[in-house]
Amino acid sequence: MPADYVDWLRREGRIVIVGASLAGLRAAETLRAEGFAGELTLIGDEPYEPYDRPPLSKSVLLGKASPHRTELPHRREIDAKWRLGVAATGLDLSAKRVKLADGDEVEYDRLLIATGVRARPWLKADEGRLDGVCLLRTRDDAADLYQRLKAGPRRVFVIGAGFAGSEVASACRETGIPVTVAERAGAPLVGALGGVIGAVAADLQTENGVDLRTHVTVTSLEGDSVGRVRAVHLSDESVVEADVVVVSLGSVRNTDWLTGSGLGAGPRGIACDAGCRAFDFRGIVTDDVFVAGDVARSPHALFGYQFLSLEHWGNAVAQAETAAHNMICHGADRRPHLWMPAFWSSMFGVNIKSVGVPPMGDQLMITQGALAERRFVGVYGYQGRVIAAVSFDNARWLEFYARQIERGAPFPVEFPTMDRRPEGRQPVAADFPDPSLPTHGPTVTLTGYSPADQQLVFHPARH
Amino acid sequence: MTQAPLFQQITDFANRANPYPLYEELRKNPVLHEEEGGPYVLSSYWDIEALLHDPRISSDAANLAAAGDDELSGPEATGLPPSFIRLDPPEHDRLRRIANSSFGPPHRPRRIENMRGELGEIVTGLIDGFGDARQIDLVDQFAYPFPVTVICRLLGVPREDEPRFRAWVDPIVAGLDPDARTSAESQRTAQEARLQLGMYLNGLVDQRAREPRDDMLSDLVNSHGPDGAMTTMEVLSTAVLLLIAGHETTVNLITNGMLTLLRHPEFLERLRNDPGLSVKIVEELLRYEPPVQIVPQRTCIADIEVRGVTIPKGSRIWLMLAAGNRDPERFQDPERFDPDREDIQHLGFGSGIHSCFGAPLARLETQIALSELARRLENPRLVADPPPYRQNAVLRGPRHLEIAFDGVRQAV
Ligand SMILES: Cc1cc2nc3c(=O)[nH]c(=O)nc-3n(C[C@H](O)[C@H](O)[C@H](O)COP(=O)(O)OP(=O)(O)OC[C@H]3O[C@@H](n4cnc5c(N)ncnc54)[C@H](O)[C@@H]3O)c2cc1C
Repeated sequence: MPADYVDWLRREGRIVIVGASLAGLRAAETLRAEGFAGELTLIGDEPYEPYDRPPLSKSVLLGKASPHRTELPHRREIDAKWRLGVAATGLDLSAKRVKLADGDEVEYDRLLIATGVRARPWLKADEGRLDGVCLLRTRDDAADLYQRLKAGPRRVFVIGAGFAGSEVASACRETGIPVTVAERAGAPLVGALGGVIGAVAADLQTENGVDLRTHVTVTSLEGDSVGRVRAVHLSDESVVEADVVVVSLGSVRNTDWLTGSGLGAGPRGIACDAGCRAFDFRGIVTDDVFVAGDVARSPHALFGYQFLSLEHWGNAVAQAETAAHNMICHGADRRPHLWMPAFWSSMFGVNIKSVGVPPMGDQLMITQGALAERRFVGVYGYQGRVIAAVSFDNARWLEFYARQIERGAPFPVEFPTMDRRPEGRQPVAADFPDPSLPTHGPTVTLTGYSPADQQLVFHPARH
Repeated sequence: MTQAPLFQQITDFANRANPYPLYEELRKNPVLHEEEGGPYVLSSYWDIEALLHDPRISSDAANLAAAGDDELSGPEATGLPPSFIRLDPPEHDRLRRIANSSFGPPHRPRRIENMRGELGEIVTGLIDGFGDARQIDLVDQFAYPFPVTVICRLLGVPREDEPRFRAWVDPIVAGLDPDARTSAESQRTAQEARLQLGMYLNGLVDQRAREPRDDMLSDLVNSHGPDGAMTTMEVLSTAVLLLIAGHETTVNLITNGMLTLLRHPEFLERLRNDPGLSVKIVEELLRYEPPVQIVPQRTCIADIEVRGVTIPKGSRIWLMLAAGNRDPERFQDPERFDPDREDIQHLGFGSGIHSCFGAPLARLETQIALSELARRLENPRLVADPPPYRQNAVLRGPRHLEIAFDGVRQAV
């Protein structure tokens, strides 16, 4: 019977994808490539066809690419019904229906959720509404910010020195705009890469003329009489005048619409198994709801079966392909999504790449190059094994280190490597901030059970 | 009669015209080590790819355990320091970055693409030069003079000097053949020739230091980027490398290309009608008949394990690029020339930090050369198959390629 069901599904079933962006599009393409001939619907709350986000904080802000020209290239015809500009507002798991903001309901036989994340807004809503206070997640955000930068502001203020905030600061400096960056932690990128590498990023920023303020938080945004932002107040009592404020405080998972649906969805994302099948709130795997991309959190064998939530372009693609494949095949043909986490960024002319899960590492060794030259490979260790690596302008070696991670190679790295300097002979503490303190958010988050979740009440099953 | 060890058969000229059955034999034992002190021969795609990205593999001859029998390769013997192809980071990276700042992105992103028109003119001129002939030697009349002219212009070396520098290039290239490695005499000749070529280029470099022009020699000698300047000796060894690598490999790629197309006339015909197909044809050629067949100059600086075999620190490693390119573990139907394959990948340009510096130029030259030959030669055919090959097992290609045809179409 189930075998027949899959055959029927492939022929004439209805598949609905909520979230019409990178993961949604790649999943749709994979479904068609693998022979799904039924009805395909893509629902997206943005009014645009799927577009690419990484350029939004890089070439777009430099004026080298138009925010309206970052459409994702289609790999094949997908022959789908597009419901763009309308949000999904609810999910009825037992009736297999998605509710839409315009009152419509769409039935599915299998559902893929790829709703991603959104930028975390400024915590005080009224201040966040001041003219000149910007977020950067969507094409519209990028178009707006670009216009404001082009208008030649006296100063831009970036709240949060994660990757996105640092990239914005880099674009400002490259176009000659004065910029201040405020970070609660001791350096930029600490959440993602730790304090040792963060110090390199800090030097990079200050040498490029960024006014970097660390160990401070923004306490309030001040507007002028006509509602434009004019100054930023900091916890060290200082005040910085600025006419553009970019709020870059990490992200919020787009799961609100699933509240009450019974799915295992919450602020940490939607839990799923290694085959991308969503869990319900009881921890039981569903068979007709799948998850992919930034909104998913899934267990990974290489990282102790920790639930990982990855805000990585490459992960969104790979997970979408796996989810789509698994949606339309028989149990035994399903594949696990065991992607090696990999992230890239570029700022201040430096190409940064990481593989593995740096925030899991407690120690770090510079195995090639030198921190002072800002050209190096750093390897992260966790309980005696290699768990991640990061490179600054040295990306070509990362493939090797990815393989070391896959093999669970021992840490510290004892073997000699080309370009190993004396400073790289001994491991040092990688210096990640206490994970229970909020930061702007790394791009890989361990989202398993956290001891901070005190509200947990355990009811053992009784028969 | 006992069979010679496989690794010696690689250099045996008898296998030159078709080494692929031998490579297939090699892949049965993908980490081959046949003789005490001999090289470890790696022939599977994934292993080679991994080792090209392995920081425990060095390109610096000084790391060879058996450096004693290679005593001529030190800088003292030649007077010229090793070029960046024979160096490890950080020196390699610094020199390659400086050289690249006058060649490619980010500083000169369009230098090669901007040469398209000029390359087309050179090709047209050479084909026009066939005149009324009905048979040519593609190597001497086309595949050699084309890239030589291009690299001379790019570097700023007078084209008329070609007979002079060729006398030095030939022994240098012969010295790359692993067979010749065993012969101290051929090594000495190669080193001597390298020094002579360096001295010749020194004259040009001197002049460019005083009167810079728009060429790479001027850029190299006057570079003052974030990495500082090259020393004069570094400029010379880089210039020697670029001059040689800039044409020796492309000659073979073009010749292998035409040979392959003549053996697969359906693609020659399609290319005639669609020059755009040349992009895929060239990529598939780099897989199917790569000009650089072997990287014989790597050494491991730690014990490393490949497929359960421990290669001890200091061992010499041969990476058999051309064997990896036809590895059935990696490619479907690998022995078939098929520019229509879905994902054309190859090790033809190597990979990792030493991946071919001149790749964008070599690609463009060969795309233009093959599509123009396809378009202008009427009914071309091979006179001899296989053609006579050069001695070299590393830089493999026909020494001559006689082609007959019914006429030459007009240039447009
Ligand atoms: C500025 C920026 C720079 C980046 N740079 C890099 C980089 O350099 N390297 C890297 O690896 N990654 C980078 N990323 C991350 C990368 O873009 C993401 O990992 C990727 O976009 C994830 O794709 P996704 O499809 O899962 O989610 P998203 O791209 O977030 O797509 C989700 C879509 O679903 C829509 N949606 C949400 N809720 C609903 C709903 N209820 N109903 C209907 N639709 C809904 C959203 O509006 C959105 O269009 C960057 C991201 C940003 C924003």
